[in-house]
Amino acid sequence: MSARPHTTGYRGDRLWLAAMVHRVSGVLLAAFLPLHFLVLGLAIRGEAELDGFLQWTKSPLVKFAEIGLVLLLAIHLLGGIRVLVIENMPWRDGQKRMATLAAVAAVGIAGVFLVALL
Amino acid sequence: MSSAAETMIDVRVWRGGEEGEYQSFSVPRRDSQTVLDVVTWIQRNADPTLAYRFACRVGVCGSCAMTVNGRPRWTCRTHVSKVVEDGRLEIGPLANLPVIRDLAADMSPFFDKWQKAEGTFVPSRTRHEPLETISPESAERQAADAAIECINCGVCYAACDTVRWSPEYFGPAALNRSWSLVNDVRDAGNLKRLAAAASNGGCHNCHSHQSCEQLCPKGLNPTASIAGLKRRTMQAYIRGEIS
Ligand code: HEM
Ligand code: SF4
Ligand code: SF4
Ligand code: FES
Repeated sequence: MSARPHTTGYRGDRLWLAAMVHRVSGVLLAAFLPLHFLVLGLAIRGEAELDGFLQWTKSPLVKFAEIGLVLLLAIHLLGGIRVLVIENMPWRDGQKRMATLAAVAAVGIAGVFLVALL
Repeated sequence: MSSAAETMIDVRVWRGGEEGEYQSFSVPRRDSQTVLDVVTWIQRNADPTLAYRFACRVGVCGSCAMTVNGRPRWTCRTHVSKVVEDGRLEIGPLANLPVIRDLAADMSPFFDKWQKAEGTFVPSRTRHEPLETISPESAERQAADAAIECINCGVCYAACDTVRWSPEYFGPAALNRSWSLVNDVRDAGNLKRLAAAASNGGCHNCHSHQSCEQLCPKGLNPTASIAGLKRRTMQAYIRGEIS
């Protein structure tokens, strides 16, 4: 005897994944915010420290992380627009395709940034 | 036909209540066999104590929904061929509802929320007045019709993560019903209904995940209905009709 297992086979379906990717990207963006404020704080405190930081941002690793941030923003922005369209415009079928399109476009945007950076 | 040559399905069926275990049965595979046929075969040939619910067997009454290989399904219209995985079926009671026994879920919370969402028709005329003429082409009637074919099977309710995560939430079926009545020009209960839709358990809980729309066996779209309620409650709020 054991407790009834939570059967959630629909998780992993494309639209469910789209919702989860949107949620995780939102949380990760929120987690990044304090870091962003910290840097703004540096800018106020003094030039030397900010310069030091800006020097650090030129390192390849940080550049690479920046692309991740761009990707997150693009994913969350396009995913968010997708939800807002669903909720505020007349219904249109083909939502699975819309979700895929948003994901591909987000990766595309991040790709353009990557190329611009290299 | 010799029984040894028969193809068998390896079926695991939930036995017990909230606490219990899956019990294995070997069920002969048949042409055009539905999941409900499988459950019925077990009850008739292997274990008469198996508890489950059905009535019409043709997709009308909405009483036969169960969890089949992880997804909620109306079992009488779900062919084994569509859901079987490697010759295996796992059948359990509907999720997000209490279990009475075995495959029979307790639908009371589902119907209680239907009431809480003011999902009942409130007539605007008495029987002594003439019938109202409704044009089937009118926008309101078409919106009401789009959501009206619900058979109360609870599939969408069992597929909704928001129901799972917030027990207060009325769920897709009750709100889909609410939207149908909101668009019914003969109905006189909209202020109360919109207030219910805007309340704690109401439409603003929904994250438009669309699992309900993906799995509704009648092809209804509770996500779109709930989106309609989100807009309509917002308008009512701005106009000061609800608080
Ligand atoms: C760029 C413009 C943005 C748009 C268009 C947007 C849009 C949205 C929408 C529509 C939702 C609701 C999703 C739902 O109902 O499940 C949402 C949720 C959320 N957003 Fe954004 N957002 C944006 C920027 C941000 C930023 C910068 C952050 C980080 C601080 C953020 C963090 C979140 C979080 C944590 C959630 C909750 C996720 C959930 O409940 O599933 N968003 N966003
Ligand atoms: S669209 Fe809304 S009601 Fe439907 S499954 Fe998602 S959260 Fe639940
Ligand atoms: S909306 Fe669809 S899935 Fe939900 S109870 Fe009605 S018929 Fe069943
Ligand atoms: S038994 Fe009536 S809908 Fe399945």
